[in-house]
Amino acid sequence: MRPPLSVVFFTVLSGAGLGLFAVLVMADLLPIGTVLSQRARMTAGAAALALVAAGLASSVLHLASPRNAWRALSRFRHSWLSREGIVSLAFFPFAIAYLVALYSGAGTTLRAAVGLPGVVLALGVLFCTGMIYACLKTIPQWHSWLTPANYLALGLASGALGLALAAALDRAGAAALERVAVFLFAGAAGLKVAYYVHARRVSGAHTLAAAVGMTAAQVKLLDVGHSHRTFLTREFIDRSARRYASELRFVVAVAGFAIPLVVLSGALPSPPALAFACASCLTGLLVERWLFFAEADHVVRLYHGQPRV
Amino acid sequence: MKLGLVIDLDTCVGCHACAVACKEWNGSSAISGPLSDYQPYGPEPSGVWFNRIRHYEVGEYPGSKTLNVPMSCMHCEDAACVTVCPTGASYKRSDGIVLVDEDKCMGCNYCAWACPYGARELDDSTGTMKKCTLCADRIYDELLPPEDRQPACVLACPTHARFFGDLDDPGSAVSQLVRSREGFAMLPELGYQPVNRYLPPRRPPEIAVDAAPRPSLAGRLKSLVNRVVRR
Repeated sequence: MRPPLSVVFFTVLSGAGLGLFAVLVMADLLPIGTVLSQRARMTAGAAALALVAAGLASSVLHLASPRNAWRALSRFRHSWLSREGIVSLAFFPFAIAYLVALYSGAGTTLRAAVGLPGVVLALGVLFCTGMIYACLKTIPQWHSWLTPANYLALGLASGALGLALAAALDRAGAAALERVAVFLFAGAAGLKVAYYVHARRVSGAHTLAAAVGMTAAQVKLLDVGHSHRTFLTREFIDRSARRYASELRFVVAVAGFAIPLVVLSGALPSPPALAFACASCLTGLLVERWLFFAEADHVVRLYHGQPRV
Repeated sequence: MKLGLVIDLDTCVGCHACAVACKEWNGSSAISGPLSDYQPYGPEPSGVWFNRIRHYEVGEYPGSKTLNVPMSCMHCEDAACVTVCPTGASYKRSDGIVLVDEDKCMGCNYCAWACPYGARELDDSTGTMKKCTLCADRIYDELLPPEDRQPACVLACPTHARFFGDLDDPGSAVSQLVRSREGFAMLPELGYQPVNRYLPPRRPPEIAVDAAPRPSLAGRLKSLVNRVVRR
């Protein structure tokens, strides 16, 4: 698959923002967050909203006819993409109300009343984003519960790292928050490994011979019928995207998981170290998301001559 | 009603006439046109097609056979492209035809990802998704003579490898054809219930290769004489 860059940025940025919001509200309402100052909470909350808004704006860029984007809210009952749009729009009023409550120093009850629905909606957006891909039977690697699980885990882990940075910037020793982030990163890494195991297990289930109905014989492509690139080859067939896949997987493992884990596991990491971990994590996740698309095998590749998908 | 196509892989010669006729009709059609061409006279011509024909070799030489496989929208009963469409631009009509309302399409490509057959192509010039309409603007046109109320690809096929009809009606000509020739659907395991059917190649007729029959007495005499007499 050709990785749509705007979708790569959208899912990583708004994923981190939604995760940050969810972790912030939970830390705010639970004893674990008592070390967070008012300023750290506001910084984290504003950053979360800015990330989600930037991601949503980026997502519109991959549309060929953005003038019709508002119609994407109309098929809530059928389409996960429509559900994602509606849930992410519903998230904003609650997130803004929560920030206002935080700013005005409202009581825990009021913060919980607007914050908790916001958390549910934030997790809902991450789940919907994962389901957009998981519901496609045409891409066997994606068609698994591991896809939404990965989106949720990576969003929460990168969000927890962001909250640890906000705490450190405020000179608050938030060891408990860092332990939560370590736990989330370890979980996300485990789910990513599980995703790759699943992808390897399901690959090869569909064959070219079966796809053209000749199950008993060997089938190979003689001529694809067009002389140059088509929409289909550009979107689904082009392999150039995965030329450096194994190197990029290494980048994901190091920048996306190992560096944040090492920094977070250290005793009271300094703000520059955490900022570096955040930058490293975002880079790693952008590469991870890019590979998620680049490595996906669509069954239409069968008809273009790939023996197995 | 399940309108669809039946394609005979035995008689298809892979001439691409169906694709050209499709492009000609639908390129100027009110419901699907234009079908843009990108640099048609440039070094790498490309464009939007509703129907693409690919050529495969089945079996191994010398027992192999060329299989020409035209593929267009299968007008699935449970069309994933319609399910995933977030704007409602993709829809399925009561006669079974899956169409795109281009006024509603936002060009997100999601339906093309959901389609296993590569039947949907984004037109870069209009920014909307396009696909086979089963010539919905031909098949009901009462100004045309009844025999012409068929999709352009079916009318163009020089080997009569394409048939159009209602596959929901067990008595229709296409349904009978599918039954008698054991027509099959493509990638049925994905569960989208494609309507179009393909008729597999027939078993090639057995040609007797017995030894030539023993010539008659007169024939044997003649060949003996031929060997001796020099003309």
